[in-house]
Amino acid sequence: MILSVENVSLSFGGVRALQEVSFDVRQHEIRAIIGPNGAGKSSMLNVLNGVYHPQQGTIRFKDRIFKDMDSHEAAALGIARTFQNIALFKGMTVLDNVMTGRNLKMRCNFLQQAAWLGPAQREEIEHRRAAEQIIDFLEIQHIRKTPVGRLPYGLQKRVELARALAAEPEVLLLDEPMAGMNLEEKQDMCRFVLDVNDHYGTTIVLIEHDMGVVMDISDRVVVLDYGRKIADDVPEKIRANQAVIDAYLGVAH
Amino acid sequence: MLYREAGQFKSTYAEDQGIFPLRQDRIAFAILMAVAFVLLPAFGNQYWLGAIITPFLILALATLGLNILTGYAGQLSLGTAAFMAIGAFMAYNFMLRMPWLGVIPSFILAGLCAAMVGVVFGLPSLRIKGFYLAVATLACQFFVLWALQRFGWFTNYSTSGVVTAQRMEIFGFAFDTPATKYLLTLSVVVVMALAAKNLMRSETGRAFRAVRDMDVAASVIGIPMMKTKLLAFAISSFYCGVAGALDAFAFLGTVEPERYSLDLSFRILFMLIIGGAGSILGSFLGAAFITLFPIFLNLVSGWISHTTGFEISHAVISNLEAIIFGGLIIFFLIVEPAGFARLWQIAKEKLRLWPFPH
Amino acid sequence: MEMQLVFFIEVLAGGLLAGVMYALVALGFVLIYKASGVFNFAQGAMVFFAALTFVSLVEKGWNFWLALVVTLAVMVALGMAIERVVLRPLVNQPPITLFMATIGLTFVLEGLSQLMWGSQPHGLELGVPDVPMEWLSQKWNINISQFDLFAAAVAGLLVGVLAVFFHKTRIGRALRAVADDHQAALAVGIPLQHIWAIVWGVAGFVALVAGLMWGVRNGVQFALTFVALKALPVLLIGGFESVMGAIIGGLIIGASEKLAEVYIGPFFGGGIESWFAYVVALLFLLVRPEGLFGEKHIDRV
Repeated sequence: MILSVENVSLSFGGVRALQEVSFDVRQHEIRAIIGPNGAGKSSMLNVLNGVYHPQQGTIRFKDRIFKDMDSHEAAALGIARTFQNIALFKGMTVLDNVMTGRNLKMRCNFLQQAAWLGPAQREEIEHRRAAEQIIDFLEIQHIRKTPVGRLPYGLQKRVELARALAAEPEVLLLDEPMAGMNLEEKQDMCRFVLDVNDHYGTTIVLIEHDMGVVMDISDRVVVLDYGRKIADDVPEKIRANQAVIDAYLGVAH
Repeated sequence: MLYREAGQFKSTYAEDQGIFPLRQDRIAFAILMAVAFVLLPAFGNQYWLGAIITPFLILALATLGLNILTGYAGQLSLGTAAFMAIGAFMAYNFMLRMPWLGVIPSFILAGLCAAMVGVVFGLPSLRIKGFYLAVATLACQFFVLWALQRFGWFTNYSTSGVVTAQRMEIFGFAFDTPATKYLLTLSVVVVMALAAKNLMRSETGRAFRAVRDMDVAASVIGIPMMKTKLLAFAISSFYCGVAGALDAFAFLGTVEPERYSLDLSFRILFMLIIGGAGSILGSFLGAAFITLFPIFLNLVSGWISHTTGFEISHAVISNLEAIIFGGLIIFFLIVEPAGFARLWQIAKEKLRLWPFPH
Repeated sequence: MEMQLVFFIEVLAGGLLAGVMYALVALGFVLIYKASGVFNFAQGAMVFFAALTFVSLVEKGWNFWLALVVTLAVMVALGMAIERVVLRPLVNQPPITLFMATIGLTFVLEGLSQLMWGSQPHGLELGVPDVPMEWLSQKWNINISQFDLFAAAVAGLLVGVLAVFFHKTRIGRALRAVADDHQAALAVGIPLQHIWAIVWGVAGFVALVAGLMWGVRNGVQFALTFVALKALPVLLIGGFESVMGAIIGGLIIGASEKLAEVYIGPFFGGGIESWFAYVVALLFLLVRPEGLFGEKHIDRV
């Protein structure tokens, strides 16, 4: 087990986004978080990488226990993520965006960078090499110098994935990576997610609405509804789970 | 025809990361440097060197400083002139009280003083953004100017509040002619522009731009907010401080607080917008425009009064200047927010295809 | 009455009244920001332009009231022109761009004002003298200027009129809707461009009133444009979107600035008014980044 949350509760003002949610994530697995709209899935992801701080409960990463993790800490620990509404740096090229993912691995100080020749240039080249490997992996070489703002939605999502991968994370949090994509783009993205899990061994936690995708690629599924966990099992069992079906159909409870 | 990049392949990352990837650009730049360093001081009009080109370089350096903070890091600042003032006054004081330091170390220390003040006034940027921050930088502008005028130590208790800048000497060689002052300024500016370019194409530059584009996301992927923003303030203020020192020593010859007014801060902001925020070249283009345009206006009005006998007063000219500058700002913001730098890029792209239309 | 206390009251009253004058200028900013989300740095230049136009017309021999009406018409027309030429093309740009456009506008207006009317200072008289209120000075030995009280009354009246306008009239309601959510306002059929034209027109009117008050106090000269710079700390404290905030912020800034000038200033050799208001606003901002009455903005990723 690489990551787990215990009894996490999160509220905003009067709104209870999460109520005593507990589940774990095994290393190298693909874990899906699903649930109807407003169930608290994004909030859960935000808790996992330190953007939101739960009022109650703890987060466990490897051997360390956090009550309150800073997003900066999370990034340093090896937790990377993508966002529902694409949080790319619109003023920079694809390559630059991917390179920003390497920022925690860069050691040179600004004076060395100002001089450029010597350690700074070597470091820049070394990380460029790593970034290019990811660019190759995700097949975005042809747009590496394009400003990100000009790219179509599907490609932007892929660039965001590249940026997250550039950090060589142990855990990758994907917030609706297939949202807004057509069938072909979804298939490509599924393939990439599986490849990442296969090739790099990255543990993946993803939020997804497309049931087909969830059933196909995830190892285990957590189901949230109104901020509570209502199921936690393998996809086949989840599909048949009455509580889950009720939640999606909107049956009053 | 001339400007084609066909056949110029880059086989290493180092080549791809170079400042001038195209050979034609490298040649053009080399020629520019030769003209600037050799031809101009040797054959150039001394008046132009001292009264126009040197201040242009100095203002370009200040604009570069503002560009680093506002163009690259996205922190709007209206206190540029205040940092120049600190640089000017501190350079004077270092040269006065520690003459053994020498010119260049004094300038560097003066820049560091400006950087420290920049960091202090940059602290609010951790809590406030956008034009709230801009208004906070106004506090810096007013306070610094008041402090420099109020505490006599800065002017060595001179009764008039204005001091004469010392002569600049490096290892016995005196920089006291327009040509030598110009060369000194040019050297400093070229070195600092190169450093800025290097910084902006490294991780620092990416961090700055990330903070500018979406600081929340930047922080989530691990870019440290405080360190990045404060570094931007520090480096920017350092550049403005050095520009101020050069302004006092290599151009004006005096150190006077009134020069570093809010009006100058606005002027530099205009250079930034017209030249192009987020572009090193843009800083130079904007400074060139704002420096040269008033001269152009003067020439035009002189020609008008010459040919028609109709005198145009100085007041009218300076008001026209204000109107045209303001109007150009609005024009550029509407039509081409990325300023002359973008227009230059477009021109180069057209040049790549020339003489073919597309 | 104790001399110390009397003096303190005079300084405090003077500060509060100065604060009302600042608030007058801040009101113009708030109006425009509320309705179009633009921070109009050119408000100070508008104040200057209004005062200068009025004074120049009067000095040319025009009747006081006629000059007033004509200047008002000019200001309203100017406001509408600004909305059309500067703001409409920039409608979807980030606020920073609009802010910088208004800086450009400031230069245009300043140059235009002086090009049209020249740059000598003018005095301005409105019939209320700048002498201590007799009643107060005789009864309690407190000197408070009649004119300051008059300006405060005018400001109060203006705020009252604006409040009624915003809350009781149809146009006022439309303005508030636009301020809240442009898209929603469009969706219910509110003509956005007309609204903005009206707002800028009203802001021009407010600029005229502020220009007249300040013109009497300081004379109509180029320095009048700097009055707007003083209104900025007021906005930082009161929030950019609140009329109430402009008043309260103005009072706070006016009072603290005057008190600091008199009681703290001597330790620093004077002149601290140039920056004191800003530092106060800055410290305030660090505690409450949106100002007293401003709206909290939540960044969603």
